[in-house]
Amino acid sequence: MSTATSTASEGKHYLNAKHTVLSWLLTVDHKRIGMMYLVSLVVFFLIGGAAAVLFRLELMTPAGDLLRSETYNKLFTMHGIVMIFFFLIPSIPAVLGNFLLPIMVGTRDVAFPKLNLASWYVFMLGGILAFVAIVGGGVDTGWTFYTPYSTMYANSNVILAVCGAFIAGFSSIMTALNFVVTIHKMRAPGLTWFRLPLFVWAMYATSLVVLLGTPVVAITLVMIFVERAFGLGIFNPALGGDPVLFQHLFWFYSHPAVYIMILPSMGVVSEIIACFSRRRIYGYKFVAYSSLAIAVIGFFVWGHHMFVSSQSTYAGMIFSFLTFFVAVPTAIKVLNWTMTMYKGSISLEAPMLYAFGFLGLFTIGGMTGLFLSTLATDIHLHDTYFVVAHFHYVMVGGGVMGFLGGLHFWWPKMTGRMYPEGWAIFAAIVIFVGFNLTFFPQFQLGYHGMPRRYHEYPADFQVLHIMSTAGASVLGFGYLLMAGYLGWSLKFGKKAGANPWDARGLEWETSSPPPTENFLVPPVVRHEAYAYEFESETSPESHPSSESSA
Amino acid sequence: MEHPVVPVSTYLKIFAALMVLTALTVAVAFIDWGFFNDVVAMTIAVIKALLVVSVFMHLKYSARLLWLIAGSSVVWFMVMVGLTLTDYRSRDWLLHEGMRPEPWHSVPAEVMQDAAPSGHNGAEAGSTGH
Amino acid sequence: MSDSHPSYLAHQFDDVEQQRQASTMGIWLFLITEVMFFGGLFTGYIVYRGMYPEAWKLGSHELNILLGAINTAVLILSSLTMALSVHAAQLGEQKKLSRNLLATIGLGGVFLVIKAFEYKAKFGHHLVPGEHFHFEGPFSNQVQLFYSFYFTMTGMHAIHMVIGIGILFWLWAQSRKGKFHKDYYNPVEVTGLYWHFVDLVWIFLFPLLYLIGRH
Ligand SMILES: [Cu+2]
Repeated sequence: MSTATSTASEGKHYLNAKHTVLSWLLTVDHKRIGMMYLVSLVVFFLIGGAAAVLFRLELMTPAGDLLRSETYNKLFTMHGIVMIFFFLIPSIPAVLGNFLLPIMVGTRDVAFPKLNLASWYVFMLGGILAFVAIVGGGVDTGWTFYTPYSTMYANSNVILAVCGAFIAGFSSIMTALNFVVTIHKMRAPGLTWFRLPLFVWAMYATSLVVLLGTPVVAITLVMIFVERAFGLGIFNPALGGDPVLFQHLFWFYSHPAVYIMILPSMGVVSEIIACFSRRRIYGYKFVAYSSLAIAVIGFFVWGHHMFVSSQSTYAGMIFSFLTFFVAVPTAIKVLNWTMTMYKGSISLEAPMLYAFGFLGLFTIGGMTGLFLSTLATDIHLHDTYFVVAHFHYVMVGGGVMGFLGGLHFWWPKMTGRMYPEGWAIFAAIVIFVGFNLTFFPQFQLGYHGMPRRYHEYPADFQVLHIMSTAGASVLGFGYLLMAGYLGWSLKFGKKAGANPWDARGLEWETSSPPPTENFLVPPVVRHEAYAYEFESETSPESHPSSESSA
Repeated sequence: MEHPVVPVSTYLKIFAALMVLTALTVAVAFIDWGFFNDVVAMTIAVIKALLVVSVFMHLKYSARLLWLIAGSSVVWFMVMVGLTLTDYRSRDWLLHEGMRPEPWHSVPAEVMQDAAPSGHNGAEAGSTGH
Repeated sequence: MSDSHPSYLAHQFDDVEQQRQASTMGIWLFLITEVMFFGGLFTGYIVYRGMYPEAWKLGSHELNILLGAINTAVLILSSLTMALSVHAAQLGEQKKLSRNLLATIGLGGVFLVIKAFEYKAKFGHHLVPGEHFHFEGPFSNQVQLFYSFYFTMTGMHAIHMVIGIGILFWLWAQSRKGKFHKDYYNPVEVTGLYWHFVDLVWIFLFPLLYLIGRH
């Protein structure tokens, strides 16, 4: 692909192809749409993070002296809604997936580029509605919108927030639909299913979950909407309706939604570990199939969120039993990543640190999940900080770490600039330490009986709460540091060559940043994925970077 | 063949069949089949659905991949219904006598104000199913 | 990449066949999301009907079986005209295509008008859930639950019809400009699949809502 690098030196790529604001707002280029998502997600992350800062401050003291309880409820609801619906669920698919997936399968764009653009607008519309609901009075139902509270008692802003989440759901459906069709119908010549990067497999599995699950939460939110706005009775106990039915329908989507957040991270981690161990992923097919297995099994377990609702004990037993099965494909993945690193030549750049962070934290998150999926222990731990710590280990320790690792790994490809490695390593360590300091004490808090969602607590818990708040500040500092040097690198970072990591995969065979249609010469694939035993055609040694040839 | 040209006569035959089945489903609704009332109604509906999907929607002539996609949606719907019903169908089973919970569908008296005195109410019918 | 890139072939596709397969697969994937979307309502319906079979029968008895049956027939007929539209597009028969599209739009309109009359009758009989709901007979609360599902399910279905009619109008305008021919009729085919799906939903709604315990 020497043609790619030589024309890159002429300086035309997707970022500078056109400059007007309108050329961004009306773009159908999957790379630009991915970048637009990135910017939007950063804003949502800041909003969700700000809420967390406020309620962590409140929790420094046992008394409720900073916030009133209603305000506190609104803040954690805002944190949950924004972080889950508007950051975690779209994070990797909409940013990295949009940017990379068409390049990884060697095509010019996704199958339906206009639909892809529409997904961003739909997403923003949903985000704005949710934001209006939050600012204009706030919502205090928690991100789960449980009935009958949401339908009968909460203030009417809940209608707006529900609409926002409903609309945002369509954006993930559009993205997922695009990905599945693109993977099926638009792979480059020679790119068979088992030559696909595992990131693509992960995106495929994620998309299936989105397609089968999201519509269910959509109709569930519609039911809340018609009950709340038009006075119909769907879950209304006074009419004989069952509020627990809402929980069934809600968790039918929202448990698999955890896999919408985690599967993409697993895909990212596969790419990173292969590259920085210089080895092909051990048991490639097992890792690929385990993504599908997680996607499927994830749909059979939702009732583990309802052990202490009025769900029957027998159903609880079934769901508890089934839940343990999710651990199997997950364990296969962790084992295979470990085996990949075994006797590999490992180098510890920032993306690899995040991958390590993912492995450790996600494993803790997964293992503590076993306590919660066991019926008897869950009776004790349900709705305590143990649960809070568990899902933050999964969703932040797993999901966000994977996202940050991927962001660093592909930052040179997306922006054409290297981030400063030293700062990145420092920030990765700060984030890791801050994260653990924030959430590890919460396991203890929960085990000792501190319930979630209260702004006051017995004085005995204060030490652990202060540790948690201190950790949150460290974590926040780490994020800001990262935002700082990444922003800095956009202008001052070293120019990146086509393949700064000497990695394998089609995305590294085109220039950084890629040209508008991704490849100047349509690629043909001749190798398995992760062919680290072969010399790369675009390795930094064999080709001068665009900087030096300019 | 992914995009066949189906002869008009086939479409007309399917249309006629659908109309007949619609008339049939109305007619049989007025006959008491006992336990099989829903089975009969749903069988007719499924046959109609299969006719629409296979011919009007060309699935019969389409790639197996599309069969898989269409089939998976049905399977997933059944998973959703099936696992939800594991809860509703087993709510008033007993672990042992001492643990008998309040019937899950017991609705406060003022809500059921109009329950028929004969005891032929919804709650009753719900618990006779097993 | 093919050298001849006709105007109806989008830039990301290599050839017409790839584009056609992509759009067909895309709409089928969309339809499975639709199955799950309505599936959530059907799940709720099944759960509550299992709880309150008597109330469900009483509610169903208030529905007009004749209008429901006529509407079923209208919708099936519209599916036929839709299928014939695709057929005409495949053969490049412009006039037939426009005519069948118009017929489909008209039948969709008839369905909605009949539905509107049914809704109006329900308002008149105070069978719309909410404060003014009034049902003479036992289980009035659970009957209200039935009507909540009746309105949500048929309402969601009607919204799909309205969207479908909008798309059909657009197709009709395009077909008048001669946009569709033997080599390019994906939009007609895709809309057709959507329209048949909406028909399918009704095929299940009709017996489940109108025909319970009529004997
Ligand atoms: Cu779960």
